[in-house]
Amino acid sequence: MNLFHIAWRNIQQRGLASVLTMLSMALGVALVVLVLSIGWVVSESFSRNSNVGYNLIVGAKGGALQLTLNTVFYLSKPIEVLPYEDYLEFLPGNGRAEEIQKIGGRIAEPERKGLYSLYMGDGFAIPVCLGDYFGRFRVVGTKPEFFELLRYGESGEFEYEFAQGRNFQEYSEENGYFEAVVGHQVARAMQVGVGDSFQTTHGDPEGDGHGQPFKIVGILAPTGTPNDRAAFINLEGFYLMEGHARAFEDLTNPDELKEDVDRVVKQQPSRLPLEKRDVTAVLVRPGSGLFAMQMQQAIKKRPNAQAASPIEEIGNLFSNFVDPVKYALLALTAVVCVVSAVSILVSIYNSMNERKRDIAVMRALGARRDVVLIVILLESVLIALGGGFLGWLVGHGVGTACSSLVEDRTGIQIGFFTMTLYEWYIIPGLMLLAVLAGIIPAIVAYQTNVSDGLSG
Amino acid sequence: MLKITDLKKSFALPDRSRLPILDVPELQVGNGEQVVLIGESGGGKTTLLNCISGIMVPDSGQIEIDGISIGKLSEAGRDRVRAAKIGFVFQTFNLLPGFTALENVRLGMTFANGKHDRDRAVDLLSRVGLQERMHHKPAALSVGQQQRVAVARALANRPTLLLADEPTANIDPSNQQKIIDLIRNCCAEENVAILMVTHSMHVAEQFDRVEKLEAINRVVASPSSTA
Repeated sequence: MNLFHIAWRNIQQRGLASVLTMLSMALGVALVVLVLSIGWVVSESFSRNSNVGYNLIVGAKGGALQLTLNTVFYLSKPIEVLPYEDYLEFLPGNGRAEEIQKIGGRIAEPERKGLYSLYMGDGFAIPVCLGDYFGRFRVVGTKPEFFELLRYGESGEFEYEFAQGRNFQEYSEENGYFEAVVGHQVARAMQVGVGDSFQTTHGDPEGDGHGQPFKIVGILAPTGTPNDRAAFINLEGFYLMEGHARAFEDLTNPDELKEDVDRVVKQQPSRLPLEKRDVTAVLVRPGSGLFAMQMQQAIKKRPNAQAASPIEEIGNLFSNFVDPVKYALLALTAVVCVVSAVSILVSIYNSMNERKRDIAVMRALGARRDVVLIVILLESVLIALGGGFLGWLVGHGVGTACSSLVEDRTGIQIGFFTMTLYEWYIIPGLMLLAVLAGIIPAIVAYQTNVSDGLSG
Repeated sequence: MLKITDLKKSFALPDRSRLPILDVPELQVGNGEQVVLIGESGGGKTTLLNCISGIMVPDSGQIEIDGISIGKLSEAGRDRVRAAKIGFVFQTFNLLPGFTALENVRLGMTFANGKHDRDRAVDLLSRVGLQERMHHKPAALSVGQQQRVAVARALANRPTLLLADEPTANIDPSNQQKIIDLIRNCCAEENVAILMVTHSMHVAEQFDRVEKLEAINRVVASPSSTA
């Protein structure tokens, strides 16, 4: 029999009080575990997308964070748009002139290179148009390059793959401009597969429906990114839908400077002409990361555009909002744990009077003062660790029970044993709390007068 | 093995004066000797046992157990001597309620040397007739059985001296003699000396020697002493 055994027997002796105290500690630890898990899910969700495969998001002037949330996470309210001409300025080499010839329409200086083409090298610029919905999921109008050039993962190590089908094409004989790819959660939630068609709604999930159907030609393999929860349609098809042509005057590109350019490819159906096109954002990766800062500064000077660095914005979001909220929640749950520790103190302390004789007997049997002190501290530690373990189980149990919900919302999978690094601090934290809670009753035990205890 | 010389103990009173409670010029108990201590209530018998065991510190005088002077030891040293050399049987048994009979017996071993001699504990409980009840907690045992567990616990560390403070006072008359016999026989088997406090002359007469603690708090050899 060792001191742990003696402490455990003492805990059993105070059965109900011990159980209630353990439950209170379990509640505190379960809350800590849940907050840590939620914090982890949020962090993981954002960090997986912090390397989005591009350096800058160029969009209309406004909040950089809103632009990032809109474009990367498909969150927040829709934002203002940029003329398609602005997108063309980012195309590398002769990309601007080639794109103009491919589409046709009115534009100024159709022959020149894009303003930022020098920075682009072998980089890329991908336009995205937001604003439509498929059910409750965002629709992203973009080019096939979205899945060909972008990468995901913490260090951008993963290419997009298709669980079924293929990437959409800018134009196909079979479906024209109206092909789509959906994220795996969209496919699951909307119960659609390759070969199915869907129509988008305008502005919000309950908005007016567009009549034009898009044929699903591919379903993305799970990525754990917000793209799992989006439907991607061909940009050319997006523009051809009713209400998507620009209906206002573009003050930044005056009409008098523009000239008509005929399309080179005549055998395909007409596309929406250049002067009618807008983009929500342009995802830009310059030829070198060093150019990103220079480009950002240059774009800032433009009257209508801004360039947001998603990594910087996500970092700011974390340091200004997510982390403070997380730490505030952690502080609250830590207070719950401290209250639980106080209940351990009260429980053991209240029992000291009735245990005076037991302690005196132990001392009479040869237990040194420090031994009875250690026994009481062990009781406190065992209650705290027992409650802590129970709380850990409950916290992870609740997390696991909510895993499908969390995965639907964030793409992050939570397993029962998904643990954050901070959880390892719970054990020494609990032990410290337990020692602090147990020290007063332990000192009472230490000071117990043996002869008084035996005669009492 | 126990030698007491000029032992004095007093207690402080609220008015800061001191009440002398114990004055023992000399008391000796030999190896394996079975001695009874009698005297009036409040005469300091329990205080004497507490001083011998090192639970209380006397005002003056010497207590030697197996040549070790208790007074010269620190509290921790006295705890060690108590754990290793002294067994205690109390009037109210003082078993720990949350522990089984076997665990109560092993408890003293834990404090004495940390060794877990389960076989010794089982053997002792068998010798006191509780082999079938060793996994029962005190509340499930009769008072006689509880005192048997206490006797086994007192002998667990192979002490050289067993101190018993009116061990039969709370036991029904029909079982008193059984407990006395048990204590005496077990101690005789293990050559453990006994110093037992009792009010029963019937019990006292069975022991090797009777020491009387006078109301004046002076130990005087009884005329009926057989030592």
